Amino acid sequence: MSIFVDHSTRLCVSGITGREGTFHSLRNRDYGTEVVGGVTPGKGGLHVEGIPVFDTFHEAVQATGANTAMVFVPPRFAADSILEAEDAGVGVIVAITEGIPAHDELRVYNVIRRNGRSRLIGPNCPGILSPGKANVGIIPASFFKQGNVGVVSRSGTLTYQIGNVLARSGFGNSTIVGIGGDPVPGSDFIDVIGAFENDPETELIVMCGEIGGDAEERAAEFIAANVTKPVVGYIAGFTAPPGKTMGHAGAIVSGSKGTAAAKAQALEERGVRVGRTPTQVAELAISLLGEPAA
Amino acid sequence: MDLLEYQGKQLFARHGVPVPRGIPARTVEEALAAAQQIGYPCVFKAQVQIGGRGKAGGIKLASDREQARRHAAAILGMDIRGLTVYELWIEEASQIASEYYASVVFDRGAKAPLMMLSTKGGMDIEAVAEQDPTAIARLHVDPLLGFQEFHGRRLAYEAGIDRDVVRPVGEMLARLYGVFVAEEATLVEVNPLIVTPQRDVRALDAKVTLDGNALFRHPDNAALRDPSAEDPQEQMAKERGLTYVKLDGDIGILGNGAGLVMSTLDVVKQAGGEPANFLDAGGGSKADAITSAVEVILSNKRVKAVLFNIFGGITRCDEVARGLIEAFAQIKPSVPFVVRLDGTNDEEGRRLLAEANLSGVHTESTMDGAAARVVQLAGEAR
Repeated sequence: MSIFVDHSTRLCVSGITGREGTFHSLRNRDYGTEVVGGVTPGKGGLHVEGIPVFDTFHEAVQATGANTAMVFVPPRFAADSILEAEDAGVGVIVAITEGIPAHDELRVYNVIRRNGRSRLIGPNCPGILSPGKANVGIIPASFFKQGNVGVVSRSGTLTYQIGNVLARSGFGNSTIVGIGGDPVPGSDFIDVIGAFENDPETELIVMCGEIGGDAEERAAEFIAANVTKPVVGYIAGFTAPPGKTMGHAGAIVSGSKGTAAAKAQALEERGVRVGRTPTQVAELAISLLGEPAA
Repeated sequence: MDLLEYQGKQLFARHGVPVPRGIPARTVEEALAAAQQIGYPCVFKAQVQIGGRGKAGGIKLASDREQARRHAAAILGMDIRGLTVYELWIEEASQIASEYYASVVFDRGAKAPLMMLSTKGGMDIEAVAEQDPTAIARLHVDPLLGFQEFHGRRLAYEAGIDRDVVRPVGEMLARLYGVFVAEEATLVEVNPLIVTPQRDVRALDAKVTLDGNALFRHPDNAALRDPSAEDPQEQMAKERGLTYVKLDGDIGILGNGAGLVMSTLDVVKQAGGEPANFLDAGGGSKADAITSAVEVILSNKRVKAVLFNIFGGITRCDEVARGLIEAFAQIKPSVPFVVRLDGTNDEEGRRLLAEANLSGVHTESTMDGAAARVVQLAGEAR
């Protein structure tokens, strides 16, 4: 098994007619993901390399049975597009767009949680990859193979870095979930780690956090109370100065809050092994897993 | 984006939050004209984004023109904890009967705006929160519902403010929430919120942080500047669309992806080095973006060595190599570079670098090895 995306995924891409949207939709399809449609208002009736384009999500869902959405539109249109997908009843929404205003994210988050019918991953995330099954997003799939390590991360490239070390040692992944670097992610470490705990294929969980907010601290509490599988952690940003946004909108130490040291300590105090470098994280995971499955 | 006090107060005024009358000034002459218009006594306040302005001599009361001239001359150009004062805010003097604290904070954890009110105004609120957490009344507002009058009453009664100002303080809270939503702020803080002997309430200070991602909807706010906080390298990077943060060390850093760059800074520090900057070249960086980034990094004259840490996903390592080769052709750097290329097209990237045979460029295959190497090279250059 795997979480969130797999062989049953039927993907509809918002912004499929844009340059990036087209490129990654086709890449996802090449990987084996069932890309059933796209949405671009005003371009309904067109096709992108055989993929039908619709004017609205409602039409797309009705015509194709799409159950997963990927949002690629620019920041000023992204919140609206996510809400449209939610309104059309799409179950999993993956928002790749970077730079969505924080107040838009707040509104989107609260609407989605209140209605309780969709799961939002991102925004500002690389997406979800279940190796061998489906790729929804921009994760370079060639580095990863199917296996038993679940990865959840606030950072894309850092995930690739750690995943690659694991892959070179013979380990694969059940699912890799990028939850994104924004202040209000649609899904948090807790949501994803909870799903990995219930996924029979996942035997070990790697979580990559970074400075800002308290998601890692809350995850530490959750893991101590609810997770039986081993968890290995990493936190980026020990050297980040307070008050400076480090690339991701959510990566900021505010006063004394959100430091890497506090996060690493919270995790370690609750039994999560925290690697000091990405390489060390992979090594810790490998030592806990034993020999890779043949 | 953090606003200066006077920029915050001007926003407040537009949303009906009562503030003392004031005028900004950049020269002694402007300050004197402002004081004349406001009338004496008036207060001269240094405009820099740092606490402790009063203690540093950056806030002064002037009761006549002569005093005003002395204060303006002394404060303009003053250094307050590393920040140079370029602007003054001259405002009418306020009489204070009580000092409160009020704020609206974007609470990421709760995914809702957090409102706070306290009678412990005029103090460092983080210290109050630590010593006497019950002194601060807190309440989350459902962002889909917005601020309701009862929110104001609950906060006011729970904080224990004077009963005769419950209504005007509640009204001020409503307006501060209005500022928070309408201007898309992540922080709106008033410390102190004062009650005058005439029982008027006013925001005597203003601390506002705006969401940089929302500035496209607020062109007036996007145009606001704080000359005291602007760093030449950060400005240069901003103009080129790069994400750059200047740090105190001497090892220049370039990577792709915010998390990987943060991680690179940490690994360099663990290896005994001090990073000079954070620079995320972003996903899918093309050669010209890399060239541009190298210029920004090297414009910081403290840089003794540079580390490129690339894990190619969308970014192609051969593009990064081409960018570096182009940068060397244009800039001819005098400091050593350590380059670690891994991921998409890494072999091609390393081959291009080997062929170009750039002097002072060292390639490494691992992140940890690259960090150790750059620290060693920076040490030799010191």
